[in-house]
Amino acid sequence: MSATTAPPNPPPPGPPAPPTPPAPPTPVDASASPARIPTWLRGPLLTLCALILALAVGAILIAVSDEDVRAAAAYFGARPGDTLSAIVGAVADAYAALFRGAVLDTRAESAAGLFAPIADTLLFATPLIAGGLAVALPFKAGMFNIGAEGQIAIAAVGAAYVGFTCQLPLVIHAVVAVVAGLVCGAVWGGIAGVLRAATGASEVITTIMLNYIARFGLLYLLSTEAFLRPGRNDPISPPIADSAALPALLSGSRLNVGLILAILAAVFTWWLLTRSTIGFRFRAVGANPDAARTAGISVPRAYIGVMLIAGALAGVAGVSQVLGSERVLTTGISAGLGFDAITVALLGRANPVGVVGAGLLFGALNAGAITMQAQTGTSLDIVTVIQALIVLFIAAPELVRRVFRLRVTGGGIGQLSKGWNA
Amino acid sequence: MSADTTSNRAAGPAVDPAADPAMVQPRRGWGTPVALGVLAIVTLVGFGATVSGELSSGFRLSDADDVVAVPTLTVPSQTAIIVLGVLALAAAGYVGWAVTTRRRPLPIVAIAGGLLLVAAFLVWAVAGAEIPLVSLLQGSLFLAVPLVFGSMSGVLCERAGVINIAIEGQLLAGAFASAVIASLTGSIYVGLIAAMAAGLLVSWLLAVFAIRFVVDQIVLGFVLNVLVIGVTNFLYGQVLANDGDRWNSPERFQRLRIPVLADIPVVGPVLFDQTLIVYCMYVTVAGLSFALFRTRWGLRVRAVGEHPKAADTAGLDVNRIRFRNVLLSGVVAGFGGAFFTLGSVGSFAEEMTSGQGFIALAALIFGRWSPLGALVGALLFGFASNLQSVLSIISTPIPSEFLLMAPYVVTIFAVAGLVGKVRAPAADGIPYRP
Repeated sequence: MSATTAPPNPPPPGPPAPPTPPAPPTPVDASASPARIPTWLRGPLLTLCALILALAVGAILIAVSDEDVRAAAAYFGARPGDTLSAIVGAVADAYAALFRGAVLDTRAESAAGLFAPIADTLLFATPLIAGGLAVALPFKAGMFNIGAEGQIAIAAVGAAYVGFTCQLPLVIHAVVAVVAGLVCGAVWGGIAGVLRAATGASEVITTIMLNYIARFGLLYLLSTEAFLRPGRNDPISPPIADSAALPALLSGSRLNVGLILAILAAVFTWWLLTRSTIGFRFRAVGANPDAARTAGISVPRAYIGVMLIAGALAGVAGVSQVLGSERVLTTGISAGLGFDAITVALLGRANPVGVVGAGLLFGALNAGAITMQAQTGTSLDIVTVIQALIVLFIAAPELVRRVFRLRVTGGGIGQLSKGWNA
Repeated sequence: MSADTTSNRAAGPAVDPAADPAMVQPRRGWGTPVALGVLAIVTLVGFGATVSGELSSGFRLSDADDVVAVPTLTVPSQTAIIVLGVLALAAAGYVGWAVTTRRRPLPIVAIAGGLLLVAAFLVWAVAGAEIPLVSLLQGSLFLAVPLVFGSMSGVLCERAGVINIAIEGQLLAGAFASAVIASLTGSIYVGLIAAMAAGLLVSWLLAVFAIRFVVDQIVLGFVLNVLVIGVTNFLYGQVLANDGDRWNSPERFQRLRIPVLADIPVVGPVLFDQTLIVYCMYVTVAGLSFALFRTRWGLRVRAVGEHPKAADTAGLDVNRIRFRNVLLSGVVAGFGGAFFTLGSVGSFAEEMTSGQGFIALAALIFGRWSPLGALVGALLFGFASNLQSVLSIISTPIPSEFLLMAPYVVTIFAVAGLVGKVRAPAADGIPYRP
């Protein structure tokens, strides 16, 4: 990497760095110049390196599974060039289609078409940002919320019910539906908080179980008269009333006000964590529950509060899905979002700003994957692999540093969760 | 392990969780008796009082072709529920009495109380009908097999102090590899070896990143799950789905009937008319239980998981023992993963483990990190899952979605302290830096 010439002072005090273990004494390498990269750039730099590595591994998978490559490999001994060109062709086609679906459609005929993928990316990023915040905030209090999926589903139930049953004026209906969704999400998240506070049950287990309970609960509700669309047998609700739907931001796109709600949620979370007393308590509990208790902070109350707010943040994702992009409640309303939300929170190092960036990146990958599968036939699950690898690599920055011969420390994830006995 | 033998001062951050003797004794609270008592009263009022006095519940104990025919057990529903409920209430009373007088309650009593309530629920759900008890238990064991292997994988890891959330990924990798390799080679035994190798690969990643790179273990396990789901889904979509005959049509293990034992009424067909994988499960649980508590190896593993610094002082290589155990855990879980394909349906399907790894994790916690306890937990969840399919045959007053939910609700109750305060190995999840 390019060596920037910053003064050799300690880096400026940024946001609290993750607790890193005392670094082992690194051997002095005389040949390398002491490169200094500002603290705020280290995370994105590491992410970029991890992204490159993950795309490289993804390329191997694409090459191995491609039929043309396997056909050419059958006569590799005779004409190795065919295999190599098949590999390059398969990988380049797939990643070019991914780019066209995520950022700029270079095959579009109009200027609007050129930028249409960006709207798709933002649409996919909306629930990822909100869901990522719902995981990131509990991380700050030392809790691992795996339950975003269930919280999103229950929030969607609440918002949808208000959305298709009530008769209210235009703006008020949408606001009431959104609030109903947030409250439902908060309650579902709060259950895990109460269980943790009252009995010490690990939220890792309880939130996973609550996901399943929410999934079957949703399935049950969609079989009842109150939720099932009249005249239908498959689990689908009546459509959301137009007065309750979140308005579109662009004509001809499903991108809607949900994106603004997600950004507001990120701003709120940032404010909560860095500017409010409650957020300070959360972070104190996360850093050291015993010290927090000694300092007079109620640890159980913090656990409950964190999970209530996290559930409401997940609720933003559920509301944007059901009132914004889908406009109908189905069993698949939160499918896969919970796991994606966790990877987004991890990639964003549990910081609100990082979560927005990570949500945009994963939104772009998800949007591009659909185009990639449609145009080149490469299975869109490759994106799941790439996302998991990115997070794996930034969780082990030492590995990335070694591959790229970086001499920068920091930027990793650090210890976010606590064990069973915490 | 790592080369920095000079940095003795770095021993500081290794937290010493067992320093406080008060933390070693598990706190005994009112959770168990209160929960048991409340559930017993709910059973008596909700089930006992609502069921009609004329109905009776039947449980068929043997099939027509069994060597020893046992008559169907028929009980009057209401009386049976009341008797079972009162007995459970008595169990709750005993545990409550033990807590007030600061005695140590016999753990078997609380477990028996729970089982009585399960029996009462069953009598209520079956009221007015008859179900085959043998196939209910057979199905429960069947569903419990991957959970048992998964929780044994968890025992191996967590007793040595490494949290294993990646059980799901290990199972899924085993299921995938066994189906593909057994299809390609035409041998289910090679497929079984491939399953163990795939589980080993996942656990090698877990070990390297958790021990070598000191990555947060819960985060790591989660990410590995997503990675395995992604890779298997991708390869399934790209390769297996296109040419299923070649890649995804393995043979299946047939049942092996153990001669005399299988003729024992009820127990015989449930336990001794199973596939090779199930017999391996018995051996794994018994062997692990013995090895962990009766051998030098087990003592070392537990020492490393409870107090690594003491183990290190006594001359053990903490991280090497942990590394080996994590690898072994992958072998066990990978083997269990083969059950999804070779042991039951044959071909691989996307995300076919469907969260069983997490249930295995819950069974592990329910069983307090002991092989036998985890076995009981896994069997309980298998039973709760299988109840839905058995009860769907007879008309029960409960919607099927609620029966599907039941195992997960039970899990929450279990980890929330119905079985008492759980305590993980003291150094579980805490990286050790020598």
